[in-house]
Amino acid sequence: MQNLSPISVLVRNEPGVLSRVSGLFARRGFNIHSLAVGETDDPKVSRISVVVAGEAPIIEQVVKQLRRLVSVVKISDLTERPRVERGLALIKVKADPEERAELLQLVNVFRARVDHVDNDSLIVEVTGNREKLEAFINIMRPHGIVEMARTGQIAMARSQGPMADAWATMGQDMDQPEGTYNISRAASRLAEELPTE
Amino acid sequence: MTPLKQATVLAADNQLTRMLNQQMSAAPGAQPAAPSGDDAMNTPTKPASPQTYTGADAVVACLKHQGVEVIFGMTGGSIMPVYDALFRDGEIKHIIVGHEQGAAHMAEGYARATGKVGVVMTTSGPGATNLVTGLADAFMDSTPMVAITGQVTSNLLGNDAFQEADMRGITMPITKHNYQVSSVEELPTVFAEAFFVALSGRPGPVLIDVPKDVMTQPCGQLLAAPSAPTGYKPPYRGHPQQIIRALKVLREAKQPVILAGGGIITAGAEAELKELAEAAGVPVTTSLMGLGAFPADHELCLGMPGMHGTGYANLALNRADLILCVGSRLDDRITGKLDQFAPGASFIHVDVDASEIGKNLPCLVPIVGDAKPVLREMAKGAAEWDAKPDYSAWRQQIDQWKERYAMCFATKSEAIAPQAVVQTLGQMLPEDAVIVTGVGQHQMYTAQFYPFKKPRTLITSGGLGTMGYGLPAAMGAKVGRPEAEVILIDGDGSFLMNIQELATAVRYRVGVVAIILNNNFLGMVRQWQELFLDKRQAETELKPPPYADVATAFGGLGRAVTSAEELAPAIEWARKEAAEKKLPVVLDVAVEREALVLPMVPGGAANVDFIPCPGQTKED
Repeated sequence: MQNLSPISVLVRNEPGVLSRVSGLFARRGFNIHSLAVGETDDPKVSRISVVVAGEAPIIEQVVKQLRRLVSVVKISDLTERPRVERGLALIKVKADPEERAELLQLVNVFRARVDHVDNDSLIVEVTGNREKLEAFINIMRPHGIVEMARTGQIAMARSQGPMADAWATMGQDMDQPEGTYNISRAASRLAEELPTE
Repeated sequence: MTPLKQATVLAADNQLTRMLNQQMSAAPGAQPAAPSGDDAMNTPTKPASPQTYTGADAVVACLKHQGVEVIFGMTGGSIMPVYDALFRDGEIKHIIVGHEQGAAHMAEGYARATGKVGVVMTTSGPGATNLVTGLADAFMDSTPMVAITGQVTSNLLGNDAFQEADMRGITMPITKHNYQVSSVEELPTVFAEAFFVALSGRPGPVLIDVPKDVMTQPCGQLLAAPSAPTGYKPPYRGHPQQIIRALKVLREAKQPVILAGGGIITAGAEAELKELAEAAGVPVTTSLMGLGAFPADHELCLGMPGMHGTGYANLALNRADLILCVGSRLDDRITGKLDQFAPGASFIHVDVDASEIGKNLPCLVPIVGDAKPVLREMAKGAAEWDAKPDYSAWRQQIDQWKERYAMCFATKSEAIAPQAVVQTLGQMLPEDAVIVTGVGQHQMYTAQFYPFKKPRTLITSGGLGTMGYGLPAAMGAKVGRPEAEVILIDGDGSFLMNIQELATAVRYRVGVVAIILNNNFLGMVRQWQELFLDKRQAETELKPPPYADVATAFGGLGRAVTSAEELAPAIEWARKEAAEKKLPVVLDVAVEREALVLPMVPGGAANVDFIPCPGQTKED
């Protein structure tokens, strides 16, 4: 199983900003697993939710490189954080009349919804975290998936907000005698949070 | 600029901005009579008739507000309104170049010599794309620069219009940030932000793309209070706890080395560096970009490390148990084969850009901050140590290496050794002379044999390695510091790449001395061919024109130098002529054709496996 890190990036809502972020990933060879962009409650700020594949040092570089972008307002690495994570998939699956009942049962088990029925197929809508979506897709596969569309995963930290744990773990990281990457991760957080004068 | 200074400037600027904008709204059109004397004096632009300000006036007002003294550039269809406004205003000096790439390197040279933001301006399409090399160069070497490019009118954007190029897209990976202005109201804010971003934190190039219709629209507000973009907070002080940890680690080290990079010069931290090195007694090696940050004649100085670094710097880094790396990216030209670089060392890494820490090598104590306050605190801490750590065995070992691998060169023929030219210059020139180079063998000879003692005395293309950088960068430096002597040491291949700027130097009376170490070869590539490709000289032999005659034809001065006896008198002549006549002077020095830059670490090898200077043998 590859390491997947959900990273939440708040960016200035301006033309070209998605291209800045995605271009950085391409240029530096970072591997995007999924990506979703949307507005936030503040019209001047958008949120890019990106799931990145890579080991801890890579993820640290991803965060630091993103932080260099002037359009980036705030970054939260949600990897080791309790979080709510959701994605949505639309799956058109073959459904002969005799198979329909079984499929509908599965749809119920996964709390999915049927959005469309015709003589030989169903369109099912399922939401959930990555594991749930993967599981549902695997269950559907033997029935014959005609086509599928998926959104990027979006995520939000539980508790007080995206930066809450930066404060909570900052001291801990500093006390670790080795563990380079954690230390510098904390240091870069500090750099962001400390008053400059 | 430190944040403290920035804050003060912001406050003062706010007030000024309010005043100016009030005058703005009072001055044009509304009053039938000419504005009273005082108002006219304080009004930043003299409006054309009809009395309305346009976006172009706002651009000029913003530039003046930022203290811009000189712009390097070239006009064209899409930038004409701004040039018109500059012409009407008449206060900012503009230098028309031969080619926009030259303008970009001039702005870089200006910025590197003065520490101010270099400004370059071109038209859309080819004018703008010609800046790409200069922007990439400035980005790699963290040089503060603002590029203003014209753009086709907004209604034609994305339409493949004449001279349209997507500059925001093209320069996204090679600028610190870029803008495309979409309305005249945005202009003042964008300019204020752009200059702040270019100069603060880790400096870099910023591009502002302005569609032509934005320049011609009427503009109510010319200036905006300088502002940092939301979420953009460059760090300044390192975390105090981390500094304490760093001092503790340094105190316990047995074989420490300081590796100082260009960040020292950007931060103006040379005094703090010296203080710390002396207080702790730790030897210092400076990267190419850091040359001048620590005096070459200091007993603790190890010179430059890496591919063409000194043997003793490379050995010291290799055996070190602690490396205090300040303002250096630890790039591949310094580290050589990464997993064999400093195998026994822990790292304290100080950098204003957190992404450089832990990028190439794991780091024990990361300090995100500006080199100046961090080193000041560290020097203070080290001065308070009860007993100085005893590095005598380590220093003795380094002294032995210094003796065994002392920098030297051999001459194979009667011809002048290129290294000797650099040494001669080192003996003749004052400490504050600004040395500029192109890229290649001559650049490395300069780094190896010129005794840099002061910051901002070496201007060279480090990260990108841009041939053709030298002449325009030297001119930019001379424009920025007319009182300083600016000497370009260039190669025959490099010099040709932006030779058209000789015309610019003659036109604007920029008295730089260009010394060409001419071996009729692309020497560095030829060196690799000799060492690693069985001497097959694929496309490296050159037939350059007689540069002395070319210089004369351009309206400058030139002299060919073919023997060692002529050298010193020719240099003396060139310096005198450049100073008196304020013209570019070219010395075309015929040097030993097949000289090698040594020491050298073969590409991909470990630094300890360097090939030593001629006549030296490696110990086991």
